[in-house]
Amino acid sequence: MTISQVSFGSHEPVLDVKDLTVKYIGDTRSTTAVQRVSFSIGTGEVFGLAGESGCGKSTIANSIMRLLKDPAKIAGGSISFGGRDVLAMSPEELRRFRWQDVAMVFQSAMNSLNPVLTIGEQIVDIFTTHAGYSRKESLRRAGELLELVRIDPARLKSYPHQLSGGMRQRAVIAMAVALKPSLLILDEPTTALDVVVQQEIMAQIKELQRELGFSVLFITHDMSLMVELSHRMAVMYGGRIVETAKAQDVYANPRHPYTQALMGAFPPLTGPRVPLTGLPDGVKFRNIPDLAEVAPGHLVAPFGDDIPVIDSVNLEGAAR
Amino acid sequence: MSHSLMTPSAVAGTGTPALEIRGLGKSFPVGGLFSRDSVRALHGVDLAIGSGEIVALVGESGSGKSTLARCIARLEKPSSGEILIDGVDVLKRDRFQASRAFRSQVQMVFQDPFGSLNPAHRIEHFLRRSLAIHGKGGGSEEATRRRLEELMTTVGLEADMLNSYPHELSGGQRQRVAIARALAVEPQVILADEPTSMLDVSVRIGVLNLMRKLRDEQGISMLYITHDLASARYLADRTAVMFAGEPVEEGESLDLLANPAHPYTQLLVSAVPDPARAGSYDPVRRAELRQAVMASTRCAFDGDPNQPCSAEEPVRHHVGDPASRHWVRCHLYRPWAAAGAHALASEPTNPSHPASNAQEEAPA
Repeated sequence: MTISQVSFGSHEPVLDVKDLTVKYIGDTRSTTAVQRVSFSIGTGEVFGLAGESGCGKSTIANSIMRLLKDPAKIAGGSISFGGRDVLAMSPEELRRFRWQDVAMVFQSAMNSLNPVLTIGEQIVDIFTTHAGYSRKESLRRAGELLELVRIDPARLKSYPHQLSGGMRQRAVIAMAVALKPSLLILDEPTTALDVVVQQEIMAQIKELQRELGFSVLFITHDMSLMVELSHRMAVMYGGRIVETAKAQDVYANPRHPYTQALMGAFPPLTGPRVPLTGLPDGVKFRNIPDLAEVAPGHLVAPFGDDIPVIDSVNLEGAAR
Repeated sequence: MSHSLMTPSAVAGTGTPALEIRGLGKSFPVGGLFSRDSVRALHGVDLAIGSGEIVALVGESGSGKSTLARCIARLEKPSSGEILIDGVDVLKRDRFQASRAFRSQVQMVFQDPFGSLNPAHRIEHFLRRSLAIHGKGGGSEEATRRRLEELMTTVGLEADMLNSYPHELSGGQRQRVAIARALAVEPQVILADEPTSMLDVSVRIGVLNLMRKLRDEQGISMLYITHDLASARYLADRTAVMFAGEPVEEGESLDLLANPAHPYTQLLVSAVPDPARAGSYDPVRRAELRQAVMASTRCAFDGDPNQPCSAEEPVRHHVGDPASRHWVRCHLYRPWAAAGAHALASEPTNPSHPASNAQEEAPA
């Protein structure tokens, strides 16, 4: 069921993010949420962005979709999609760019569906608005879409509350791929779901990805899930990327202490029970430097004694 | 033979278990004021936690694990059954609500450390209050102060933080405060309901290690409720799997996850993402397992002369060596399909069987 881990992505990047900096600007002070972040996603590649709450991963996703609202402001860098500059798009261009070129699946499917419209009406709306199909044709295609994600087309008449959480998320994924976008952004698509459903949704996404050939930007904090799904991944901390490499390399050989802590946060399901140490409470990394290549395709932000790690108190509970 | 075949007291080994639950049931009324309908959230739950033992309770949302914790903590009134602390039935002893004595024996740590600490008070207030209510302050201000600092050190926090407000602390630190508050009354049993699921992943292990440390050093028994099988395996001595309001399988954590016997346990284990076995997802096998959970046609132990098997009442089979205390409920026994469908909370993967979940059917 896995996509071949070797033959992925042409060298032509679909999305190229360079030195992206996003600031939240307040009246008295401002915060840098994302600082000089660069990565690119090839055609048909699944790129994972891992990190904890507040590390800036959703801000990056929203920047790519140009969904950032005040006080957030893109303060520097460039985002290019298929050679086009996303940051320079006019509102009309943006309207076409969103959903036709890049679609996004959010964490909570209940919030991304309109509770007073049926699933059918919401999918038909995509086709009539963006593709200009007739209502009848749109309905037929909406039925096909639901079949694609293994939902009975009779469910077109259902309201979101009549579907289970897993079905809702499937419907949202169906809507996201409706216009065959070349990039799909998944922002924690399964965090609200039970583990059995989560695995089925992820399998569904893999299958669609193989069938339709889109690239994926996959955002999550679950490292196990990310390593399973992604080809390449980046680990973010405090608005910076601390490590990026092939997912298997990060899994087998995490270099940055933060990546190691994240990996160590997921106890294994097999083998002997060994004591793990996560990131001790209160340990913070500051002034993370730019990435440096330590192995082919494996980039890590330098760390060590000269890079200050502050607040390393409270070690007792964690490092037992 | 019913489940009395292997009573939990026999399961727990030597001595009286710190906490024992016998035949606990809970139903919630549904519908209007005069409706007699009810939904059974728990049914015939038997569970024993030995002294100084950590037992994990795993299952998906809707399987009844939080309801069980709330019943044990006496935040809900069970419809039937017994709860024994040190061999004393507390439902009989304190009939209408939990007594202070009960509260000093059983404490709870909740899922959301952001919601369980009053933002208007300093950390010191929560701990001091626990000490004062249960008379564990030691009499003098000096002794109380020493005890407060000791509590903070135990959970891995600095004593200075006593003067902080909850909003000044990170999620992990707040959960440590919640644990310190539970510890203040020197309980025998701590019920931890998903204590790490709201925390950032990198600090989760630290909280689990703290719980393990408390067990090792102070001999506190714990019921660890989680949906994360990997963390249950990491922390708990024994693991019980809940499905549709009943435990369906129980055993030593390592043994249980290595040799799951119930189809539902197998389903759960197979669904945990694990890079070490990437690509293990098999939709055909998954559909079979779902089918076996929802409508099992056979039980692996049917026909074994040493093992009872019944489709009408819950029967426990031993798995492997009886000394390993690993049992599974007969697969043929299906208490009520609708609740099972709800606990599985999903839809069939096979497109030829659309929407078998009764409660999800759209009104025609």
